[in-house]
Amino acid sequence: MNNNEIAGMNPGMNQRIRSILLLAAITAVISSGAAGCVRGNGTPEDLLESVGGENKAALDSTVIMAGSTSMEQFANMAAESFMDRYPEMTVTVQFTGSSAGVEAVLAGRADIGNSSRDLKEKERASGAVAHVVAMDAIAVITDRGNKIPSLTVEQLSGLYTGSVRNWQEIGGSDIPVVTVGREAGSGTRSTFEELLGIRDLCSYANELDSAGAVMARVAATPGAIGYVSFGILDDTVCALAIDGIEAEVENVETGAYLLWQPYIMVTDGEINEQKDSVQRFFAYLWSEEGSQLIRKAGLIVPKSVD
Amino acid sequence: MDVSLQQFYQEMKASGQSLRPRISVRIVEAAAQAVFTVCAFASLLAVVSITLYMIANGIPAIWQIGVKEILFSALWKPVSEEPSFGILYIILSSVTGTFLAVLLGVPVALLTAVFLAEIAPKRLAAAVRPAVELLAGIPSVVYGLLGLMVLNPVMYRWEQRLFKGSQTHQFTGGANLLSAVFVLAAMILPTVISISESALRAVPEQLKASSMALGASHIQTIFRVAIPAARPGIVTAVVLGVGRALGEAMAVNMVSGGSVNLPLPFHSVRFLTTAIVSEMGYAEGLHRQVLFTVGMILFLFIMLVNMLLHAILRRGDG
Repeated sequence: MNNNEIAGMNPGMNQRIRSILLLAAITAVISSGAAGCVRGNGTPEDLLESVGGENKAALDSTVIMAGSTSMEQFANMAAESFMDRYPEMTVTVQFTGSSAGVEAVLAGRADIGNSSRDLKEKERASGAVAHVVAMDAIAVITDRGNKIPSLTVEQLSGLYTGSVRNWQEIGGSDIPVVTVGREAGSGTRSTFEELLGIRDLCSYANELDSAGAVMARVAATPGAIGYVSFGILDDTVCALAIDGIEAEVENVETGAYLLWQPYIMVTDGEINEQKDSVQRFFAYLWSEEGSQLIRKAGLIVPKSVD
Repeated sequence: MDVSLQQFYQEMKASGQSLRPRISVRIVEAAAQAVFTVCAFASLLAVVSITLYMIANGIPAIWQIGVKEILFSALWKPVSEEPSFGILYIILSSVTGTFLAVLLGVPVALLTAVFLAEIAPKRLAAAVRPAVELLAGIPSVVYGLLGLMVLNPVMYRWEQRLFKGSQTHQFTGGANLLSAVFVLAAMILPTVISISESALRAVPEQLKASSMALGASHIQTIFRVAIPAARPGIVTAVVLGVGRALGEAMAVNMVSGGSVNLPLPFHSVRFLTTAIVSEMGYAEGLHRQVLFTVGMILFLFIMLVNMLLHAILRRGDG
């Protein structure tokens, strides 16, 4: 009886489990197909096989990257750890700005163009393909003497458009507001202005050409307010909460935090058309090791790639 | 000796060799001349190609946007929906900043030169001169760094005192035209000092001696005789200083704030040089082309300064 019952149950159970597994597998295949590639699990080699390029592409051991200065820190880290993992590979990185990077790729002077803004239509039309490798959130910073812990979106817009000229007006101490921003054309600046809906309306007291310069200026100037990416934040400045949501990685991942921009690596054509070294580089970035690297750089790992 | 020399000539004649240099020597001579010519042409080629390149890249934007809209409009919004590329304020900032820096730096430099050439005891001059030379060797980024760390905070304090309670002034945190002027004034010092000093030293001793003999004091002699006599050299020094100030980018970029504004002392400003330096990285399309136009205008300014210099030098020769 017992045996029968067990014997009778087992086939059914097995079948059900099997069908659930099958369903899950199909779902996984479909979703991964839709997303382009599953990230974050497995080694670079597994991923490389799934991309299927290694034997197709010509053997080459160099990767030339050019582009965004706001991606500088991440690009350097990625290049170094990639070369640690594959000592036979050489990665060179130039920091010429997003537009120059995309231009270099399309002109064949670089293999990968780093861009902290999305591709323009014209660039897409010329064959540039964007791959979101990480997400970078923008922190709003003040000098350490500033006692305001959080700003609403309206207050932040007011500060940058010039309608709030003294911190007193929004509950701070009697210090003039010094608005610090990036130069026209900077990816961080356009992301910041667009996310706040104040594009071209900002009145900057200082327009600086690197995130490091913004940090230094804000840290040294009482009453200053600036914006930089999470990656380069340190405790020389205070990062403010926006609408009460702290500038923290978890809040970006959940989508609660307003200000973030993508880190994009651009190739001329799809990944599987690239040479071996470039495919290997992307496989590395999309592996578990790559995700760890991205987190270590203070960036956020995108859930999927499209 | 004479005998052996004669012998040598006779031997040469006998062997039918001429007294002309040997062929190998002639080849070396010709090769050397070719090398010199090529080197001379290299710099000529560089100047010509740079000029052509700047014009070829600077002109298209002017055609596309219009001279009036670029040169005489003050609205610089290169990446907005309806972009505007007016660089009037940028040109004015460069001109004003350079002018004020020269106004501030030249008197100090000239008096230093007088001190070194005429007044200082030999030992003291020997101590000051290397210091001035060292000043010339300091990289501009160091000037900028000092300006950023020392000058800007001081400026901010002045700014807060001057514009206390102002509802219209945009506070810059001390990064303003005045900071740039101070830094540039310091940067042109060594150039102006050393060239003025050489000019003063080149004034003939008899001129000064005659002046003294007529009863003029040392100081009167310096201001009435030595400086007028050294004028061409001093003007050259000033013009070179103008060129240096006009072309400086790094230090200015670090201390001037970098927003495009009317060049008033406590406004954050952008110079021709810093417009290129800070925006070229991310610029594309028309924005990029206009930056080339900015470069061309800067280039024209520098050429103008150089032509002025040549005119002065030629007049000095005559």
